[in-house]
Amino acid sequence: MDKVMSNRLVAAMYVLPALLLLLVLVYIPIVLTGYYGLMQWDGIGAMTFIGLDNYARLLQDGTFWQSANHTFLLALFSALSLIGYLMIALVLSGKIKGANLFRKIYLIPMLLSSVAIAQLWLKIYHPSNGVLNTFLEAIGFSNPPAWLAEPSLVLYALFVPILWQYAGFYILIYYAALKNIPESLVEAARIDGASPWQIAFRIKLPLITEVIKVTIVLAVVGSLKYFDLIYVMTDGGPNGSSEVMASYMYRQAFRSFDFGYGSAVGFFLLLICLLVTWLLRKATASKDTIQYS
Amino acid sequence: MSKKTMAILLSWTLVLAVILSGCNSSSSDQEGETGSNGTDGKVTLKFMHLWPAGSSAQQNKLVNDIIKQYQTDHPNVTIKQEVLENEQYKNKLKILSASNELPDVGVTWAAGFLEPYVKGNLFAPLDDLLGDSLGEKFIAGTTEAYAIDGKTYALPIELNISPIYYNKAIFAKYNLQPPATYDEFLSVLKTLTENGEVPIALGNKDRWTGSLWYMYLANRLGGDALEKAINGSGKFDDPALTQAAAEVQKLVDMNAFNKGFNGLSNDEGKSEFMNEKAAMYLMGTWELPNFTTNPDIPQEFKDKIGFFKFPTMEDGKSDINSWVGGPGVGLFVAQNSKVKEEAQKFVQYFVEKWGESSVTEAGVIPATKVDTAAVQLPQLYIDLLNELNQASSLTLFADVQMKPAAAQAHLDMIQALFGKAVTPEDFVKNHQAAIDKGN
Repeated sequence: MDKVMSNRLVAAMYVLPALLLLLVLVYIPIVLTGYYGLMQWDGIGAMTFIGLDNYARLLQDGTFWQSANHTFLLALFSALSLIGYLMIALVLSGKIKGANLFRKIYLIPMLLSSVAIAQLWLKIYHPSNGVLNTFLEAIGFSNPPAWLAEPSLVLYALFVPILWQYAGFYILIYYAALKNIPESLVEAARIDGASPWQIAFRIKLPLITEVIKVTIVLAVVGSLKYFDLIYVMTDGGPNGSSEVMASYMYRQAFRSFDFGYGSAVGFFLLLICLLVTWLLRKATASKDTIQYS
Repeated sequence: MSKKTMAILLSWTLVLAVILSGCNSSSSDQEGETGSNGTDGKVTLKFMHLWPAGSSAQQNKLVNDIIKQYQTDHPNVTIKQEVLENEQYKNKLKILSASNELPDVGVTWAAGFLEPYVKGNLFAPLDDLLGDSLGEKFIAGTTEAYAIDGKTYALPIELNISPIYYNKAIFAKYNLQPPATYDEFLSVLKTLTENGEVPIALGNKDRWTGSLWYMYLANRLGGDALEKAINGSGKFDDPALTQAAAEVQKLVDMNAFNKGFNGLSNDEGKSEFMNEKAAMYLMGTWELPNFTTNPDIPQEFKDKIGFFKFPTMEDGKSDINSWVGGPGVGLFVAQNSKVKEEAQKFVQYFVEKWGESSVTEAGVIPATKVDTAAVQLPQLYIDLLNELNQASSLTLFADVQMKPAAAQAHLDMIQALFGKAVTPEDFVKNHQAAIDKGN
């Protein structure tokens, strides 16, 4: 096998199919999106080159900044929720009763598609006969809100299923990382008289910092381009109060037939994602990495 | 050949197989899309429509019957169907247009929706077809909605008006009569809310549902003011249009609509009415099968459903026989179709057959004239057909009248209006701004 890999031509042939797919499905569309962003185009007729007009319009578009604001809120909540997931993973990785069962419970939402989750939560949030409001009425709230119709509540109401949807994914990552820590380290600490609290925060957490950094990037960038659940559950409404950048892009391109502007929004979103990833990596970069051995 | 080379060859074969199988299916699609005119006179027509067997069972069966019959009558023609759901259909049509690969025959909406496609020179004019006896078969005003600059680019197959359906049992319980004037309507609302009933079912997440209410109020107060404002011969500063917006918010304040309507889809809103939790429901006649022919809905419920016309308003400028509605979808022929002549023949055949059988078989009102005496129909259906014949004017759905970007602005404004996030004054101002942009 070593001999095969040392042959450059052969190595290139192995890489080529994946590279081609990546090029055709990812890089070329990115370049095209940037190109369309410079055009005035309804998606059907002729394109007109208008330079950076779409981007200038973008910077002055209040609705876009409102949706950007919602996106950043989602990213913030996703990042904060990681603390909760980490705590759950810490508990699960300890020797508690029923850990197996809990692990499965947290993983269930990962098995469902976004649309199924959306349908499920639509039923939960239904204003008159949803589970949530029926429950609230039963315990004495006479007039619980219509969660998805209140502009001030809808965004937070959507965060719940979105964060729930990814809980299993992050808990699984943390759990795997924690299980990877050699038992001997924990054992040694225990013999030295460390409390479970100290073991968690002094031994286990420092050892999985690299994993935590990766999940922060995943969670933040994932929320920046979040689309599906919001599209199905509220379609950005009511009155744009749950619009995020990706749904705004879709609306401009496919509903208003403004492909040029939609592409500009998409390209801007890409730039933001790259910038945020770079910033996060900068912020979390550390010179010395802790090793087990 | 060494083992290693063998392994590489095998993996490449696999990759190529995957890629080629992908290409293969798309190339056979292509053949259908552009149509093929073989040497032996065989013709393949590609027909894309939006009546899947799942959600539009009756329409789907009708389409299949027509196609089967056409193929028997024209043995050299094969018709390949592609069926998509409404929303996907619109998206796919856009994407196919961008690469100029439209099906030979497809479905389109009227007016503002049609315009970008016509301007992009994608649809073929169908005026030749109207010249024959076919032209006389259409109800006046239906084909006009598909005309741009004097040429007709699609033939309509549906015609809809929007009555207010109501539950007779709920009305009888409180001794209510279907209202004829707006004051009577308001007192019906009041009686219902005072007795803890939900007066009107509405799912305004879809936005066009609320638009129906606004359109009617604007029509009753200002006659054709809204149409004029949309087509540019008038302005949104007509006081009737502001007043209609204020009237919508008054209805919201009265709790006329079910709770949380802005977060519910039309289907969810409709289920409030279907489950008899709401007394009224304003919707197009495409819902008629649910109240007449649909075998999945209990007869007991169907018997309870009646309809009334949107009430007239004092000092209003329109009469009770003016309706919000219009032609639904129509059929187009692609400009670059290689078998244009065959495609046009098929469209003509389809429209005629659809007109004959859609009433009895699908429970849909066609855009062609129906002889109600000749067929046995549910009473609700006959009543509505008769209303249609007496209609004094038909106001085309606003989101169809407007161009896509303005339509989007209109729909968003509607949701804001119902959610009281915008004042009636700003509501009309924003509409004017969207229309002025002109795209």
